[in-house]
Amino acid sequence: MNPHDFTSGDYAPAPESSDHISLKKSYDLFIGGKWVKAASKFDTINPATGKVIAEVSSAGKKEVNQAVKAARKAYDGEWSSISGAERGKYLFRIARLLQERAREFAVIESMDGGKPIRESRDIDVPLAAAHFFYHAGWADKLEYAFPGKKPKPLGVVGQVIPWNFPLLMAAWKIAPALACGNTVVLKPAETTPLTALKLAELLEDAELPAGVVNIITGDGETGQALVEHSDIDKVAFTGSTAVGKSIRRTVAGTDKRYTLELGGKAANIIFEDAPINEAVEGIINGIFFNQGHVCCAGSRLFVQESIADKVIRKLKKRIGTLKVGDPLDKNTDIGAINSAEQLARIKALVNAGEKEGACIWQPEGRLPRKGNWFKPTLFTDCAQSHRIVQEEIFGPVLAIQTFRTPQEAIEKANNTPYGLSGGVWTDKGSKIFKMTTSLNAGVVWANTYNKFDPTSPFGGYKESGIGREGGLHGLSAYLNL
Amino acid sequence: MLDVTTLEGADSVGKVQQMCAKAMRPLPEDPSVGPAGAVCVYPRMVKVAAKAVKGSGVNVASVATAFPSGQMRLKERLAEVRYAVGQGANEIDMVISRGQFLQGEYRAIYDEIASCKDACGEAHLKVILETGELTTYDNVRYASDIAMAAGADFIKTSTGKVPIAATLPVTLVMLQAIEDFYGETGRMVGMKPAGGISNAKLAIQYLIMVKEVLGEKWLNNKWFRFGASSLTNDLLMQIRKQETGRYQSGDYFTKD
Repeated sequence: MNPHDFTSGDYAPAPESSDHISLKKSYDLFIGGKWVKAASKFDTINPATGKVIAEVSSAGKKEVNQAVKAARKAYDGEWSSISGAERGKYLFRIARLLQERAREFAVIESMDGGKPIRESRDIDVPLAAAHFFYHAGWADKLEYAFPGKKPKPLGVVGQVIPWNFPLLMAAWKIAPALACGNTVVLKPAETTPLTALKLAELLEDAELPAGVVNIITGDGETGQALVEHSDIDKVAFTGSTAVGKSIRRTVAGTDKRYTLELGGKAANIIFEDAPINEAVEGIINGIFFNQGHVCCAGSRLFVQESIADKVIRKLKKRIGTLKVGDPLDKNTDIGAINSAEQLARIKALVNAGEKEGACIWQPEGRLPRKGNWFKPTLFTDCAQSHRIVQEEIFGPVLAIQTFRTPQEAIEKANNTPYGLSGGVWTDKGSKIFKMTTSLNAGVVWANTYNKFDPTSPFGGYKESGIGREGGLHGLSAYLNL
Repeated sequence: MLDVTTLEGADSVGKVQQMCAKAMRPLPEDPSVGPAGAVCVYPRMVKVAAKAVKGSGVNVASVATAFPSGQMRLKERLAEVRYAVGQGANEIDMVISRGQFLQGEYRAIYDEIASCKDACGEAHLKVILETGELTTYDNVRYASDIAMAAGADFIKTSTGKVPIAATLPVTLVMLQAIEDFYGETGRMVGMKPAGGISNAKLAIQYLIMVKEVLGEKWLNNKWFRFGASSLTNDLLMQIRKQETGRYQSGDYFTKD
């Protein structure tokens, strides 16, 4: 190669090093400010390599009870006696510590969950810190947030979070709970417990009073035991619609409050007057962000028929440039699928899509041999009656349908049991207003996608959930008003 | 990928000859560097330039069509094109009538470009949009589409004679227009950002954008050119730095 010529070169590997992180071989449960041993342990695995990263504890009924008791004790004790401003100080301290350790958290998040370091570094960790900062500011201003009311905390909150944004979901849950004066028992997902456990270490360093936040790891049974516990005042859950339904059955007939943030099957709608190149970027971001493991992923693409060929051509070209591979490489666009189970689920639905007659397209290129991987995938010629259009795939798979008129787009977009999010792409302002007010979805993005901010409430219609997180709406879910 | 350019009222035979020497062999001691894609001059200097670069593979580009304003009747502007081609120019850099474009007379823009293309004969036609005067991305995109449809071989951002010349965002809009045009017609159109690109670090940002939007097919002097006068020496300085690890003083690079 000519030394003056860079045209023939591909991107060189640019791996983020992992030699700066500190991880224990084995983790106990964080209960009442202490590390408590449990009877059994399980491995947490790097989905990109299949290797065990660490061993974590499985909390049984006994440990769940211990954690709820510790949270109750903290709630009745020190945590209720301090002022909002004091609570705010702790939250500010947590936010700053998180920023200081951002690099370590980002690397561990990518190792444990498989997401590209670019995302954990630029989105997950900074947004998690932003949530602590935002809620820290509210802690001493709750009466101004809800004028004329006397906001009071709920008590002990049981929180169960998913594996797609482990640290960020922990922040979404813990920050408002603490700002409002509650105490917390948090159960991270079985496949991604590490950043929550690192967060527990950080809370120790922040000298948060013992028992205010308890973090217990385990599988679905641990979560079930927590939700069923008689001494929690609220359940906050993010995860699948199936589990959400079961939680709702569990809390029925009790006076437990609950917020559920569940699945989605968002419509991303591209009109012929849209800025097409930008829309293509938005489609890519909408469905391939975090391997498509996103409840608000734009997994149904609606393209106006007049521009369908053009959009699909551009989409294919752009997908051809996406890099699938090592999550720790800074050039990687699509990392590893979070678990073997999830990979199997994606494959099963993709097979169903092919059998039902949708037309599959995947880019050239090989996937790494070890670990869980799935190529970015397009389905064209899809219809509402296909399973890949109806069911949440939670993977890098996009189902493309065409429409002729705005009315048709609205009808099809709303024709789903879900209603979490949506996207609209057009240069015409009036069309944006028409569409966003007609779509039954908790969040609708116009000419952008997957924009998150702690000030903005997030949550769903229908089977996508109940309640909102973030902003004033999210705050009110942790208060008696 | 450089159009080594001089477009001054003061351009003389001597100045143009010296610039051509530099364009043919930018780094005297290293013949593997260069030559430039073309030299770009006013019509009156075409003959001088053509003689100077003869046999070197360097093309002669000439601005024409009442450069830089374009404020002249089409008849005279076409005569200028024919004159420049007759003098030996193999590339013509025309300007569009921005005034008419902003008046909404898009048909006239299409016609003037198509007539220039005719007048060029064998010579390649680069169409200067003068994006600094069109001001909006929508205008830039529309003008790009018109130019390509009317037969432009290249689209070019600027004359270098108005305060706002090439910028990365404007170039991106034009590259996207080229990409769409190629996707729809299968015809490749070249890109030339001009004005204000004076150092290698900025130039490489443009090249990466071309690579990302259009791909490697465009990364050669047939399909991509920089219009620049002072970029050459910074480029040479960077090449030397890469080879030796040290920056040399300006006196180690020829100034023609």
